[in-house]
Amino acid sequence: MSEAQFKFEGEYLAEVERAIAKYPKGREQSAVLTALDQAQRQNHAGGHYVTDAAIDEISRMLDMPRIRVLEVATFFTMINLEPVGEFHIQLCGTTPCMLRGAQDIRAAIEKHLDIENGETTADKKFTLTEVECLGACSNAPMIQVNDDFYEDLTPEKTTWLLDELKAGRTVEPGSAIGRRCSEPEGGPITLQEGEFAQNAEKGGK
Amino acid sequence: MLQDKDRMFTNLYGYHSWSLKDAMKRGAWDNTKALIEKGRDWICEEVKSSGLRGRGGAGFPTGLKWSFMPKESDGRPSYLVVNADESEPGTCKDREIMRNDPHILIEGCLLASVGMGAHACYIYIRGEFVYEAQILEAAIAEAYEAGLVGKNACKSGYDFDIYLHRGAGAYICGEETALIESLEGKKGQPRLKPPFPAMSGLYGCPTTVNNVESIASAPAILRRGADWFKGFGRENNHGTKLFCVSGHVNKPCNVEEAMSIPLKELLEKHCGGVRGGWDNLLAVIPGGSSVPLITKDVCDTVLMDYDDLKENGTGLGTAAVIVMDKSTDIVAAIARLSYFYKHESCGQCTPCREGTGWMWRMMQRMVVGKATVEEIDMLWEVTKQIEGKTICALGDAAAWPIQGLIRNFRPELERRILEARKNAA
Repeated sequence: MSEAQFKFEGEYLAEVERAIAKYPKGREQSAVLTALDQAQRQNHAGGHYVTDAAIDEISRMLDMPRIRVLEVATFFTMINLEPVGEFHIQLCGTTPCMLRGAQDIRAAIEKHLDIENGETTADKKFTLTEVECLGACSNAPMIQVNDDFYEDLTPEKTTWLLDELKAGRTVEPGSAIGRRCSEPEGGPITLQEGEFAQNAEKGGK
Repeated sequence: MLQDKDRMFTNLYGYHSWSLKDAMKRGAWDNTKALIEKGRDWICEEVKSSGLRGRGGAGFPTGLKWSFMPKESDGRPSYLVVNADESEPGTCKDREIMRNDPHILIEGCLLASVGMGAHACYIYIRGEFVYEAQILEAAIAEAYEAGLVGKNACKSGYDFDIYLHRGAGAYICGEETALIESLEGKKGQPRLKPPFPAMSGLYGCPTTVNNVESIASAPAILRRGADWFKGFGRENNHGTKLFCVSGHVNKPCNVEEAMSIPLKELLEKHCGGVRGGWDNLLAVIPGGSSVPLITKDVCDTVLMDYDDLKENGTGLGTAAVIVMDKSTDIVAAIARLSYFYKHESCGQCTPCREGTGWMWRMMQRMVVGKATVEEIDMLWEVTKQIEGKTICALGDAAAWPIQGLIRNFRPELERRILEARKNAA
């Protein structure tokens, strides 16, 4: 744990202040999740986790007892209290993804990175965590890497993705088989009429 | 099949921009002022008579829920809180509304707020939806900029503020009182009811919590009329609905269809059918992980609505259809759900905190048959000790999938036990 002082800075500070302004006066505590999230984002290079010092600072800023901040921090899975790798792989393992091969994806990641679930690679690039349903079930199996969802994966596509990320290249999030969102593979069969038809021809993007 | 002209979510697949300009071309924010001016009672009545029932799982009549809000303020403000904490395994519909058509939701928030006398709305979005939150924030900013929300929203004289609140990964925050707790900056543990949120919710003020899809349905209902919405589905099960199909179909997808569509038609018309053909179907969880599974013989004829699924011992839930073909290890599939509930139990009530862990450990043994036949009855008994004995419905939700398994697949559980015993001998 960091002994150093923690202060919100720049964009992170702005985001916390913007959050505080969303709630009625005297209800600043409502911004605690945003504050915890921003604290670990500000500390991304240091392991993307909330340090003790950050807990103190949030407690001071939001006028909350320290234990209340810590209690929230331990309740939510997205708040890290220990360092994670530069790329935090959250693999959805719940039944809809499991039915589409999530365990094969997990095995491929573990083999490729030589780590097990919950571990971080020696170079601190990757951490693997199996998590619960991420809400992209029609695009299963999927993983979330930091903020981005990668969907419709195969073991091969997954290891390719990891190599790209490791090499410092960005990979467009979304479906690995070319689906735009959650339409059926091959293209939508509904919403095919009018100016805003959901098909590649009329697709504006 | 539902006709395109009757679909509310016209940019469901995101082939066009979510922006205000394009959303308006698709019909969003079209003379919203006139709808507001028809007044609170009209909005509430129209939604009531449309037959819209909550799309987040419980299926409570939406208009009726709004009518519980106080008519006169006692000095406390009223709040609309939108539940965008979409986390029920199998469910992935609200995400599509938020990232592809956020203005339908924002307009719905305004109209619903008028319908219940609220001037402020919080949308609680699950933390993992980072990209969806960014889009929603940008869409809210667009709506403020255009004067559609904020002071004198849509030049109607009605003041309305709307804010996005991000969660941080806890399934239980989809339970309305846990969501309120979390919105207040506490850990998300459900509250005892009563008092119900309509009396005392967010910050102790009158509050209504509605699902994203319920709220996003309001603009179309108010514009096209309750009778239009009522024209779909059977009595007591009206409207159009987003169905999320996952698992062993050839083409998993989200699709908007009429309520009461036969399950078989849903899977065959929209999802390319069950992998390996209809006869390869083993079981379906029709409404998200919290409802019991149904076997193929039920799937042959069941209708996707609240009442028919209930009659068949399950529920519509969030209309998240998880399809399992004959290659599925059905015990492992349900055991994984037991792990999910163990992981997500908030720990407040003993039957759920201890019971979910106990059930999961038991289920792990059932997967490999390391149990006795009597233990199947014991497992059933334990589910009954959890169901109905906790503050919120997570305990029930953890119990029902196992009950569905035992009810429908007891011979398979027994077969595994006998086989394991034979192998050990």
